[in-house]
Amino acid sequence: MELVEPVLAGDRRALARLLTAVEGGAADLPQALAALYPHTGRAWVIGITGAPGTGKSSLVNALAKAFRERGRTIGIIAVDPTSPFSGGAILGDRIRMRDLAGDRGVFIRSMATRGSLGGLSRATRDAIRVLDAAGFEIIFVETVGSGQSEVDIVRTAQTTVVVEAPGLGDDVQAIKAGILEIADVLVVNKADRPGADHTVRALRAMLELGHPVSRGPLTAHHGRLMQAAPADDNDSQERLWLPPVIETVATESQGIDTLLQALEAHRQHLLQDGVQPSRERERIEIELLDRLQASLLARLLSRVPADVFATVIEQVQSRALDPQSAVATLLEAYDQVIKIHSERAAS
Amino acid sequence: MTDQRTIRVLIAKPGLDGHDRGAKVIARALRDAGMEVIYTGLRQTPEMVAEAALQEDVDVVGLSILSGAHLALVPRIRQLMDENDLRDVPLLVGGIIPDEDVPALRAAGVSGVFGPGTSTEAIIEHIRQVVMNRGGREG
Ligand SMILES: Nc1nc2c(ncn2[C@@H]2O[C@H](COP(=O)(O)OP(=O)(O)O)[C@@H](O)[C@H]2O)c(=O)[nH]1
Ligand SMILES: [Mg+2]
Repeated sequence: MELVEPVLAGDRRALARLLTAVEGGAADLPQALAALYPHTGRAWVIGITGAPGTGKSSLVNALAKAFRERGRTIGIIAVDPTSPFSGGAILGDRIRMRDLAGDRGVFIRSMATRGSLGGLSRATRDAIRVLDAAGFEIIFVETVGSGQSEVDIVRTAQTTVVVEAPGLGDDVQAIKAGILEIADVLVVNKADRPGADHTVRALRAMLELGHPVSRGPLTAHHGRLMQAAPADDNDSQERLWLPPVIETVATESQGIDTLLQALEAHRQHLLQDGVQPSRERERIEIELLDRLQASLLARLLSRVPADVFATVIEQVQSRALDPQSAVATLLEAYDQVIKIHSERAAS
Repeated sequence: MTDQRTIRVLIAKPGLDGHDRGAKVIARALRDAGMEVIYTGLRQTPEMVAEAALQEDVDVVGLSILSGAHLALVPRIRQLMDENDLRDVPLLVGGIIPDEDVPALRAAGVSGVFGPGTSTEAIIEHIRQVVMNRGGREG
């Protein structure tokens, strides 16, 4: 692909077109991504997730502005859902990011989920790499928090921010289960709205329940829980990171400096406490498993004749076969095709 | 590009008028026709429109202008898009546009002008047509 060199040289038009190729899965994309890969691995990827309307785009806008003031270049990938009915999408995150217009140190790209969630994570990972290779130092990935996309973002980002807002779910029960596992930093945005304190307290209560007390006491710092407590007697090299809860008013840039410091502290935790290499290794393993799964499935489906597949479906429907046996049948059919192929090749 | 490309459209409201109901109706209609619509909100400067068109690599740019400032805004946006290497990206204008201004807009490089009475089907059809005429771009 003739876009690789210009992208590395900082050509924004080429960058935009390569991102389109990443989304659409162009035929020569694998070669382009392979050529870019040695130039990746420098960016700090920050995932921002949370329910619709909590203020994620507004926060990205405020954070990007603050990081720009500190001289860092910013790439932004804002993901919105594709309509399951039409396949179209309205991508409106730029509305809240107008402060970033006219700054060549920022590049914003809106992406739709386009069908499969697995597809989203592949396209998002590749889009991040393209921005990384193009030299953007910090890459924000905004996704609507819902089940799989939340898991995907953690598997992709180095630092994950979960955004809550008062009124949307300010009870411990209402706050979605699993947030503790994915959040490196918790933000209660719209702190200008009534009920923000309540949301903060609910989140802190959850944190205290969810974290092993033996790792050391939670340390309050300006009313926030920020301290990475040292690992105690066990042999773990990893220091414990306790997600801070930070109040912001994104539209007024309030609390943004504090949030930025918390993000930097998490970054330091990753880099200094020896966490980064093992995390990256995990991410690579998961990505390879994802890609392998997709490739193996595609290969199997391309080799097993469609009528064999159709017959197996009918058998499962008529209760002649159970689903697991059906899968065994399909795998056998695949092995058979492979065997015939290799015998032909040998003769 | 081997796959059937999803059409990406930028819908922008340049200028100072404060109504975007019409722009939102169009955005929804295009979404329902299977397109990805990047909507940028009110009060966009020509620079913002051209920049968004570049970053989002859209196939078409649609401007909604009710303020009467179209003769000033549209040629400027076309010029900035051309400077951004987006010469091949068609530009559409919708809103309150007097008939006598249409030739000037066309001369400025606008592919379609749509007044208040236009059906959304006509706009969808026009977009599909100009995208097809542009042809499959090299990846
Ligand atoms: N009062 C208040 N409104 C906010 C704040 N942050 C965002 N908003 C508004 O909340 C709405 C949704 O914001 P947006 O950033 O688009 O949320 P997203 O859907 O999570 O990306 C917009 O109308 C914002 O102006 C805040 O801190 N306080
Ligand atoms: Mg948003």
